[in-house]
Amino acid sequence: MSDTSESTGDAGADEAGDADASAGSDAATVDAEEVRHVADLARVRLADDEVDEFADQFGDILDYFEALDEVPETEREEELVNVMRPDEVESGLTQAEALSNAEETEDGYFVGPKVS
Amino acid sequence: MAADHNAFITEATIEGDADAEGPLAGATVAVKDNISTEGIRTTCGSEMLADYVPPYSATVVDRLTEAGATVIGKANMDEFGMGTTTETSAFGPTRNPVDPERVPGGSSGGSAAAVAAGEADLALGSDTGGSVRCPAAFCGVVGIKPTYGLVSRYGLVAYANSLEQIGPIAGTVEEAAAALDAIAGPDPHDGTTRDLSEVEGADPDASYAAAADGDVDGLTVGIPTELFDGADERVVETVEAAIADLEDQGAETTEISLPSVEHAVQAYYVIAMAEASSNLARFDGVRYGNRAESDGNWNESFAETREEGFGAEVKRRILLGTYALSAGYHDKYYEKAQDARAWVRQDFEAAFADVDVIASPTMPVLPFELGESLDDPLRMYLADANTTPVNLANLPAISVPAGEAEGLPVGLQLVGPKFGEERVIRAASAVEDAS
Repeated sequence: MSDTSESTGDAGADEAGDADASAGSDAATVDAEEVRHVADLARVRLADDEVDEFADQFGDILDYFEALDEVPETEREEELVNVMRPDEVESGLTQAEALSNAEETEDGYFVGPKVS
Repeated sequence: MAADHNAFITEATIEGDADAEGPLAGATVAVKDNISTEGIRTTCGSEMLADYVPPYSATVVDRLTEAGATVIGKANMDEFGMGTTTETSAFGPTRNPVDPERVPGGSSGGSAAAVAAGEADLALGSDTGGSVRCPAAFCGVVGIKPTYGLVSRYGLVAYANSLEQIGPIAGTVEEAAAALDAIAGPDPHDGTTRDLSEVEGADPDASYAAAADGDVDGLTVGIPTELFDGADERVVETVEAAIADLEDQGAETTEISLPSVEHAVQAYYVIAMAEASSNLARFDGVRYGNRAESDGNWNESFAETREEGFGAEVKRRILLGTYALSAGYHDKYYEKAQDARAWVRQDFEAAFADVDVIASPTMPVLPFELGESLDDPLRMYLADANTTPVNLANLPAISVPAGEAEGLPVGLQLVGPKFGEERVIRAASAVEDAS
């Protein structure tokens, strides 16, 4: 992942990068630090009680996902083709329509939160 | 009446073409609230989009109204399609018209409940891992999940693009098939739609409604033991009786094995959560959707917006998807899930060398009581055991009422080969004739 900003601390980042240790153990355990780290990456703030609840549930769910280890490596022959079309100018949404659902706009632009 | 089951999030009308002729002329249709309707709010069952009003309609909505159907409202659903019960909606749960103490299934629960309660002739749902078939089974109506690429997803708010298709729900197989006739076909706005004249073995002039002729004489029905093992006994008995009826009408049954499906639920959830974590990154409160009052910077404002706007199940899936894609875990979860997906696809392909359709219970359980599975997400996920393999393999499937157990509806699922919609519709219409 390219994102390392506002990590919750070394513990979270280390654990996320340390797959070997986790892959070798029988049960997937997820602690609160790890939940906070992933929530940071995904830009979702969590309340403390939500962190604890998710840590418990993620342990169960990831345990269940462990069974994917039994899946044999499989040839993936997808019949995928590119879908192309001429690059022609067509009518689309007007600027007003595109801005119509934005919380805040200015001079035809979206207004976002401050950058820093 | 609508308030009884909470089937609709928004009641609003888009008139159908009054001059249209054909089976959909004058029909009323409920549209799942993740399918865009111009000028009518489209919430995805989420606080995040509670005030979102699309400036355009989905292709499927235009096709239904051009065929003469009138949209009467936006149907309740699990938030962003993430659920099996319609209880994760920010607008409150929908109740099952058959038994109001039970869930209607999900995630297209409002769509199925509206049809089952007689509030709409037809409905549109979307099926990412069973979200059309599950509520059809639980509410005692018919639901079709089309082959990936048959129906345009333009205007469907994305959850897991590689898995989902929009599909019709109706009271009878023929009505659902007629709705499929109207919405199927290539769309320049969705590059994954296929032109059937270019698909080997497919019939571009197929009439799905005409295929509902009940003729199963000589049809070979595969019975996969894996999709019966572990299912509720009452469900199995009801489904087996419906299959016996098909045999009485001239169909042959043969036991088959699909060993890969034992890993379908795990593969499905890893892939769906991974795609969801990427798709739902767009909800940051800037271009659309609710924005939290925040004094923080860009990142803090996004995180607060998403804390407020998303419910627990959506957060759970975004976080697990982010985890499964993160450095060090990508190979362990996501790559293995893709292997499992390819394996499931190959298993079905091999099976269809010997059989015409594959039959199983749609859901391995009877409809849950309200609140029963909410605190145990894994239990809810496991209920998708029989429906998720179909999405992983991109195949068509239908859920048709097989009968009742304890007074509750039981659905029979019929799966066909790619673009074999006519075959599953034909077989389902025979199930209907017998019951």
